[in-house]
Amino acid sequence: MSKTYNVNEKGYYGDFGGAYIPEMMYANIEELRTKYLKICSEEKFQKEFNDLLKQYVGRPTPLYFAERLSHTYNTKIYLKREDLCHTGAHKINNTIGQILLAKRLGKTRIIAETGAGQHGVATATVCALMGIKCIIYMGEIDISRQAPNVARMKMLGAEVKPAISGSKTLKDATNEAIRDWINNPIDTHYIIGSVVGPHPYPDMVARFQSIIGVEVMDQLKKTEGTENPDYVIACVGGGSNAAGLFYPYLDNENVKIICVEAAGKGIDTGKSAATSILGKEGIIHGSKTLLMQSFDGQITEPYSISAGLDYPGVGPMHANLFKTKRGEFISINDKEAMEWGLNLSRLEGIIPAIETSHAFAVLDKKKFKKDDVLVFNCSGRGDKDLDTYIDYFKL
Amino acid sequence: MNRINKILEEKNNILSIYFTAGFPEIEDTEKIILKLSECDVDMVEIGLPFSDPLADGPTIQESSTIALNNGMNTKKLFIQLKNIRKKTNIPLIIMGYFNPILQFGIENFCEECELAGIDGLIIPDLPVDVFKENYQSLFNKHKLLNMFLISPQTSDERIRFIDKVSNGFIYMVSSFSITGAVNSFGKNQIDYFKRINKMNLKSKLLIGFGISNKDTFNDAVSYSKGAIIGSAFIKFLKTNKIENIKNFIDQIRG
Repeated sequence: MSKTYNVNEKGYYGDFGGAYIPEMMYANIEELRTKYLKICSEEKFQKEFNDLLKQYVGRPTPLYFAERLSHTYNTKIYLKREDLCHTGAHKINNTIGQILLAKRLGKTRIIAETGAGQHGVATATVCALMGIKCIIYMGEIDISRQAPNVARMKMLGAEVKPAISGSKTLKDATNEAIRDWINNPIDTHYIIGSVVGPHPYPDMVARFQSIIGVEVMDQLKKTEGTENPDYVIACVGGGSNAAGLFYPYLDNENVKIICVEAAGKGIDTGKSAATSILGKEGIIHGSKTLLMQSFDGQITEPYSISAGLDYPGVGPMHANLFKTKRGEFISINDKEAMEWGLNLSRLEGIIPAIETSHAFAVLDKKKFKKDDVLVFNCSGRGDKDLDTYIDYFKL
Repeated sequence: MNRINKILEEKNNILSIYFTAGFPEIEDTEKIILKLSECDVDMVEIGLPFSDPLADGPTIQESSTIALNNGMNTKKLFIQLKNIRKKTNIPLIIMGYFNPILQFGIENFCEECELAGIDGLIIPDLPVDVFKENYQSLFNKHKLLNMFLISPQTSDERIRFIDKVSNGFIYMVSSFSITGAVNSFGKNQIDYFKRINKMNLKSKLLIGFGISNKDTFNDAVSYSKGAIIGSAFIKFLKTNKIENIKNFIDQIRG
């Protein structure tokens, strides 16, 4: 078999991935592992999934040629407009897929973790849509700094439970969700929000998000006459929007991959979330991957101005892209990202999420050729970040 | 013969006590082990604290956070255990999550365990399949038993597989649960204990999670070789002196 950057039959991407889980989770993970591919490939599932993506989420999202941005940087720039999805980001592609899967597994209760609240909102939304009970774990600190999203989840009928252990942020919310699942293994499905966690989650979430890259191929063919851009570029926290864009291009090395991580206040400041550079191999949330940790293997708290990139690990697919150098990893600090929030707003009339802003800052870091075709994943809109933008720019 | 297997062969109503190393105070490790060995306790599980203990409830989480804040780490634990075998012969198990062990270096870790006289390990997030493929021979080399968990959801087929790989006891998780005390066992739990007993496994069973008092201990040991108490003991240590550990053990033993 030729070399692949996709998952192998044992659930690994190169050295990364697998399922390092307590035995109490084994039956649930094994059920998913043995059933997800079969269920997801059923014609009826596919039809229901695609109909919802079209009628409810608003897909396909446009592949927009950003003319002023292209002119400014003297290269060809396309934006994949995931910010136009229902609920304001790509996250809902995955939650639609997983709620349909959960229904087929006979589950009647959904749990999820959330950091900034985007995945929590996307999960609460599909639970409302299907009339299924929904519990969202969110770090106590995140609850206080993301009040509008907490209110959205509550309006949608979800119960928001504060994670009060450890550092009281995303990683602790994930721990709490896992503990809930251990305590409620029969009726509950856990909708993980990114390409992280034990196998098959990284692959399952990547497949649900792969609609992003698949649409790009089709759309680019119409405008550029080729399915293949020169670069695909996305921000990476856990890595789900990046995985979705990269998915159909993983093994096509003519398409270069750029992953943009959050440097926070700077790589060397101790306040950063650039996992590929600062992380070491280890186990987080059931997956062998790169993670930020102390010399002694204690998981450390990352920092970024964008709550969505604030995860101490990275998906195993991306860890492998880093180690094999298939992907180029660039880190962008808070200041650069915030400036790009303004740049994109003023050049293209699009206010991006701060996570998304990080990706665009690559344009100042790297020189592209005039004929290069760049596809950025415009993964989310900036409404949720207005308070942060207001504070930062004194608007 | 490994100290754990010896106890499993010789005794019934085994009482194994878990505590978190570095809690309540950093230098309490040896004191707690020695005090427990003076009491009617058969085995001691030393918890290596981790920042993100997925399988543990609030009590053990909190003790782990305090232990880490006190400065506990893997290297320090081995220093504290250096002379323990000159002072007690009680079977000793280290229970820890896989990431800190990986960072210490798993070969180093096993070597240090052997030097300190540790008899076995419990690593909740190291699955039996991965253990068998990658680490079993290393553990054998250092004379370390590895204890696996089963839960009410574990299939008979998988229990048979675990029983085959296991060379110590099987840690039977009493319910769908993270660690933490309950007051009594329900019918579902008793049915599960009976079901596992009927399987006639070669490995001895110890029941853990949710055992907090004389009643739950007695219930547990009527369906197993023994029981493991963790959270309830940690709670005791929060408000009681190490010298008074005997009071806690006497309550359980009745």
